[in-house]
Amino acid sequence: MTPAAFTSPATRATPRVPWLRRPDAQRVLWPALVAVVLLVLWQALVVGFDVQPFLVPSPWRVAVVMVADAGLLFGSLLTTLKITLFAFVCATLLGVLVAFAFVQSRVIETAFFPYAVLLQVTPIVAIAPLIIIWVRNPTASLVICATLVALFPIIANTTLGLRSVNPGLMSYFKLNRATRRQTLLRLRIPSALPYFFGGLRISSGLALIGAVVAEFVAGTGGTGTGLAYQILQAGYQLNIPRMFAALLLITLTGVLLFASMSILSRWALGSWHESEVHHD
Amino acid sequence: MPELGAAAIPAIEIISVDKTYPNGTHALQPVDLSVPEGEFVTLLGPSGCGKSTLLKMVAGLLAPSNGRILLWRKPVARVEESGHRLSFVFQEATLMPWARVQTNVRLPLDLARVPREQADARVHEALKMVGLTRFARALPGELSGGMQMRVSIARGLVTRPTLLLMDEPFGALDEISRHRLDGELLDLWRGNQLTVMFVTHSIYEAVYLSTRVVVMGARPGRVVDEVRVHEPYPRAASFRVSTAFAGYARRLQESLQRASADLPDPELA
Repeated sequence: MTPAAFTSPATRATPRVPWLRRPDAQRVLWPALVAVVLLVLWQALVVGFDVQPFLVPSPWRVAVVMVADAGLLFGSLLTTLKITLFAFVCATLLGVLVAFAFVQSRVIETAFFPYAVLLQVTPIVAIAPLIIIWVRNPTASLVICATLVALFPIIANTTLGLRSVNPGLMSYFKLNRATRRQTLLRLRIPSALPYFFGGLRISSGLALIGAVVAEFVAGTGGTGTGLAYQILQAGYQLNIPRMFAALLLITLTGVLLFASMSILSRWALGSWHESEVHHD
Repeated sequence: MPELGAAAIPAIEIISVDKTYPNGTHALQPVDLSVPEGEFVTLLGPSGCGKSTLLKMVAGLLAPSNGRILLWRKPVARVEESGHRLSFVFQEATLMPWARVQTNVRLPLDLARVPREQADARVHEALKMVGLTRFARALPGELSGGMQMRVSIARGLVTRPTLLLMDEPFGALDEISRHRLDGELLDLWRGNQLTVMFVTHSIYEAVYLSTRVVVMGARPGRVVDEVRVHEPYPRAASFRVSTAFAGYARRLQESLQRASADLPDPELA
């Protein structure tokens, strides 16, 4: 084998392949093509059958409203995004902390794990009103709701990861009389990273869902100006194009969150973990 | 008891050691074995004969149910007091997939808090011994199975051990890589005045490598025979196809067959 075979996977892609044929480009190209076809079809059907905009607006109309109401909609997007990101960070920190506590002792895990599950299975819509009543600050109450929704995957995945250590390596560390701290830093944490990033990917979407759902519950109380509030208001006013525009922004936010977590995961694990190494 | 000089001290003394697992399985019937310093001794037997169990007890990874194991006259846990050091090489390479080759090899030194500069020099030396200096910055996933095993051996040598314990280290490799690593291992053993205890289920590997082969039988795990291989080192590749080699192989084959003859379902034909 030549040393040239040991360059990183990123530089391995030969520039001679036309960019349209590259797998990376195709991963974007094909879904984009589907989107274009669907949008054209949608526009044609709405125009062709003369569907009223308060039932189904045409994509063009949604786009026009998006531009016209940009100030309003993007202001709301910022509010929702702020709550989502704040909740996501809280869930990550809290989740990792709980996972570390769980792997420290089986007793702690056995005692507290059922309550983590309890948190997961209770519908957020059911507890949100309580939290909104208890917590005076509206932003804080929304962040708490979204955090609760996003928390569980981080706890579950990180705990699993911290325990999923190659038994051979564990023996090797034991044989070399590694301290608890050395085993944690050099073995458990790196082993847990793939699981942790999997948790991040799931939780990023859940944080957004939590933020929107909580705002739906709270929104009627006149607290929110987020995207959920825009959807509610647009519904009351039968401003369906704006409703679609708000919906589109929520969806795009979710996709962007997921994509950024995937990129982060690839950046961190790309060189070594099976899930991120691309085999030719 | 007065010593007759350093050479008289056995590197490994296994004194009526047996092992019963907590679930009641008799992994190993009492074994007595003494390995002089500098010997290359191989434990040969079918799966379930307790050869890995015995090796792990020598390493201190498992505690014997009865009996004692001494390394240079010291209990395993206090082997450092004798000025000697053991290394264990597993069947799998067991490398950290996220760490570069040099970091993997440096691991035992890092765990022992050896200063970085000194450690790096020793890593270079160990990688040189297994011929992998060019791949110091590669990740394990970028290497072939044989190269990963060489990294694992380098990690075993980096602490400058005097005793190398190897648990079927080449079992997962193809025959060509295996033969090459067998030869390299013998060079390392001779070049570094090591004592090696090697576990395998391959008769041919046992004959080629060892000064002495300890044959073990399964159910219950026990030592059934000992064969000394009187072939000078360095052993040429042609030794593998010589009449002498075939003689040793047949002798071991017969021992293994006799050991499993009374079993209802023999694993070795």
